[in-house]
Formats: sequence, structure tokens, C-alpha cells
Amino acid sequence: MSDQLLYATEAALNGLMAGVMYSLVALGFVLIFKASGIFNYAQGVLALFAALTLVGFQTGQVPFSHLINAIFGTNIHDFGWQLPAIVAILLTGLVMIGLAVIIERYVLKHLVNQEPIILFMATIGLAYFLEGMGDLMWGSDIKKLDVGLPQGINETIDNVTFNAFGYGFFIDNLDIVATVVAALLVLSLTLFSQYTKYGRALRAVADDHQAALSVGISLRFIWVMVWSIAGIVALVAGIMWGAKSGVQFSLSLIALKALPVLMLGGFTSIPGAIVGGLIIGMGEKLFEFWIGPLIGGATENWFAYVLALLFLVFRPQGLFGEKIIERV
Amino acid sequence: MNQMNTEGYTTADGRKIGGVLMEMKNITLRFGGVAAITDISFDIRQGEIRAIIGPNGAGKSSMLNVISGFYVPQEGEVWFKGYKRGPMKPYQVARLGIARTFQNIALFDGMSVLDNIMTGRLTMMKSGLLSQAIWWGSAQREETEHREKVEKIIDFLEIQDIRKTPVGRLPYGLKKRVELARALAAEPRLLLLDEPMAGMNVEEKEDMSRFILDVNDEFGTTIALIEHDMGVVMDLSDRVVVMDYGKKIGDGTPDEVRSNQAVIDAYLGVSHD
Repeated sequence: MSDQLLYATEAALNGLMAGVMYSLVALGFVLIFKASGIFNYAQGVLALFAALTLVGFQTGQVPFSHLINAIFGTNIHDFGWQLPAIVAILLTGLVMIGLAVIIERYVLKHLVNQEPIILFMATIGLAYFLEGMGDLMWGSDIKKLDVGLPQGINETIDNVTFNAFGYGFFIDNLDIVATVVAALLVLSLTLFSQYTKYGRALRAVADDHQAALSVGISLRFIWVMVWSIAGIVALVAGIMWGAKSGVQFSLSLIALKALPVLMLGGFTSIPGAIVGGLIIGMGEKLFEFWIGPLIGGATENWFAYVLALLFLVFRPQGLFGEKIIERV
Repeated sequence: MNQMNTEGYTTADGRKIGGVLMEMKNITLRFGGVAAITDISFDIRQGEIRAIIGPNGAGKSSMLNVISGFYVPQEGEVWFKGYKRGPMKPYQVARLGIARTFQNIALFDGMSVLDNIMTGRLTMMKSGLLSQAIWWGSAQREETEHREKVEKIIDFLEIQDIRKTPVGRLPYGLKKRVELARALAAEPRLLLLDEPMAGMNVEEKEDMSRFILDVNDEFGTTIALIEHDMGVVMDLSDRVVVMDYGKKIGDGTPDEVRSNQAVIDAYLGVSHD
């Protein structure tokens, strides 16, 4: 294999793995959009909030410590304990479920039967509220997230490829873990929605609210369930992104990268979110590798959006989305 | 407070009709200033086929929506199985054992016929979220059990060959049948049919009439239906409520209703002078 091709292959592989990270965020969007037709702008912030809470629990941070110190003149910061990663993850999962209950109870419930744009605006409000709440609870400094995931170059792949081609591929262990986790997540979500009664109820609600009510499905319960699942997916995304680049507030902006993924894959398709993420991830890296040098580089910033724009023109429902046919 | 009326009656074809299953007492439903239903009372007895008829805009569908909990009346009481029903959400009404179909068909288009009918059994599945999530133990056993019941209904309504077809692809008449199957899957005490024959051709109408009679006969299901087609209604039902402009203008057996002057006027039109 020529050097060029080897570099391109490496870039493509890395792109695929980066794409998995996009898919993880896009997945949360799809779940909520499918079940309730709400485009949840807050999905990225949910991931940020989950990551912040996880680190907070793990390091024994006192929530609202700055606020407490400012009001009472105290000087407390830590409980002084360290929780094992698994305990902290479970606790954060519970927090995300609690958050789903609160969101349903205090936001969504009052907006039933409103226009989608109203609900969208509500989620924008929710995003800023959660971002502020995260700041207030856990502080705004960049935090290191370490739940014991392997990081750094994968030696085996490096050695094998070096022996085979005379050039070692650099593949990050964390990306491999993220890929496996994402695959497991999608598999379990698919099994859940296809074969369980709650999954069936979920699909029913996604399809027709009135019919779902008539067979005895409580819409509120389903919404809490969907937001809980989206919260847990956000937690997984938060862990992966946090482990990769630290828990910082720019994490909420990765939500924007999920938009082109959704336009590509279709807003209503779980496989679409995955494939869309992979295409964008790989396309980005290959485009940067081949075309980037010709036009001055930094193509990764805009490539995804241009690709999404092309899709909007030629296939507005995305690769896997349902084509909407209006009968006149 | 048990008001269950135990007296019944025997129909012309010799079927025993039981006591009162559902009673509507002085129901009034308003949308803003417009009264869709004004002070209507009637009952539905155990095991009977009860029809609600009337010209366009008479308030039939509104009445059905009151029974199924989609509308909450401003005045009046709804009694079911001898108990007064408080204000309820439609899904709670469904869990009481009242299943329904819709005039414009409300099926889950993206799901297969089988999955659609399985949703009808959701209220009867007992296994918890955890068992469902890990798909172990009771959840698995339950699925098989419910699947068997559903297959029986599929056989009964003769839709075996479209079991796996996505509902969105079916023709109108079959969709109506699948919707009936989904309602039946809930093993309802009371089955509400909103214009089950609307938009059907003669052959489909005959099929549907046969299924309605068979359901009533086989499962003893109490049925309340709304229908436009007078001929069909008179053949099918044991007792008929006639509505016009939101008021009740007749109530009785098909023969009684047919000879009721107010009903004839409502249907044929009469000059008001």
C-alpha cells in the first residue's frame, strides 16, 4: 500500500470513531424527537450536566458550594471522600431520571398540544437553565473526568499495522471503547423498543397520540421514560466526551455537531443517527486529508454543515427518515 | 353505592341481555357557547348491541368521546359497572375495560398488524419496568401468553395473511378490521365503535356486520356503536338512541324507533312553520 493510502485509511478509521461520538449525541435527539416530536435543543447541555454531576459525585464535591460559601461565609468545598466510578455513574443515572421527572412535571406537562416551535423554545430555555444550574452546582472550571476508561494509543493495532505495512496506525483506546459502548447502547435500545411492552408503548406514542391513549397508554409516563433514556444516553455521551477532552462548558456545543448528523440520518431513525455520525466523522477527516491542503485547511469546521445542506436540497428526509407524503 | 340493575330482557332472537353496564345521566357537553350535547340520558346493558344514530352534526361522536373519556362533559354523570366515574383521562378509561375504534382510523401506521394488535394488550401486561428492561422472567412468559390470545383474535377476524404487513400499506377496509382487532385484544367490557362501516363498499359492510355480530355472540362483548347507515344499524342493534341537534329524540328497539314521528322528521326533514 502506498503511503498516501495508508494515511488515508488511518484518517478514515479515526474519522469513523470520531463519528461514533457524534452519533452518541444524535441518538438522544432522535429518541425524544421520535416519541414526542420535540426537537430537544437541551440534549448537549444534558450531556454536560451529566458529566459535571458525575465528576462532582466522584470527587465528593459539595453542590452549590460557592453559593453556600458566599451566603454563610463558610469555606466548604469537598465532603472529603472519593466515590468509586461505578457508584458515581449509577447515582448520576438516578439524577438524570429525576431530572426527566422534573422536566415533564414542570415544563412539558404545561405545554401539551402546543406547536412544535413552542416546545422547541421551551427546550432552549431549559438548555440555558441547566447550563446555569450546572455552573451554580459544580462550578465552571474545567474538570478532569476519569472513570477508568483506557486512554492513549492502542499498542496492539500500532504493532500489527506496523509489521504489516511498515506504518503503525494511531488509534485511541478511548475511541475503541466509545465504539463498543455505542454499539451496545444501540443494540439494547433496539431490543427494548422492538420486544418489550414499554418499547411497544413508546413506538405507539411516537406513531399516534390519540390511538395510544385509546389502548390505555399514559403519555406522561412515556415522556418521562423517553427523557430518562435520553438523559442516560446523554450521560454516556458526557462520559466519553468528558474523558476525551475534559468536562468543560463548550461540551454543550457538541450538540450543534449533532445537527448535520441528524439531517443526514433523518430525525426519526436510530440507525440513521449512527450511520449519519459515521459518515460525517469519516467524511470530515478524509476531506481534510485530501482537499484540506488544497484550500488552506480547517475544513472540519464547516464540512459537516455543507454536507447536511446538500442533503437538505436533494433528500430532505435524510437517509433513513420517513418520507412525508401529503395527500391533497 | 351500587346501582347495578340486575333485571334484563330477552331479544327477539332469543339472546339474554343483562343488567345495566353503563349509564349516562343528564349529560351536557359544551364547546364554548355551543352545546354539542344537551341533557341526554340513556343506558347500555350487559351483552347488548346499542346504537347511537342521528343526522350529521347530531352529537353522536361527541357522545362516544364522552363515554371514552376524550371529552369531559360540563354536566351529568357517567356510571360504569355500578360506580360513578370521576373525571378521567382517556388512558384511564381504557384501563377500566372500555376499548374503542375511531371514525378516521387511528392505527400505528409504522407498526405491523401484529404489533398493532399487541398494543391492545398493553393494559393487561403486568410485568414491571425492570423485568421488561432486562427481558427476563415474567416479561418473557407474558409475551408468549399474550401472543397466543392475539393470534386467536387474528384468526377470528380472518387477517392471518397480513399479520406481518405494516398497517400503513393496507387498504381501508382491512385497516378498519385491524382497528377492531386491536380493540378486541383488550378484552373490553364495553366496545365502542365509531362509524365502523363509514366509507366501506357493500361487501365490506356485510363483512363488518358479520364480525360485529360474531364478536357479540362469541365473546359476549357489550357493544355501543355510532352509524350513519340506517339499514345496517336497524339490522345489527338491539336498542337504538336517536340524537338530533344534540338532543335525544328517540330511544328503543329498532322497530319502535322506526315508527317514531320525531325520528322520521329528523331524517326526512320537516318544514318548521
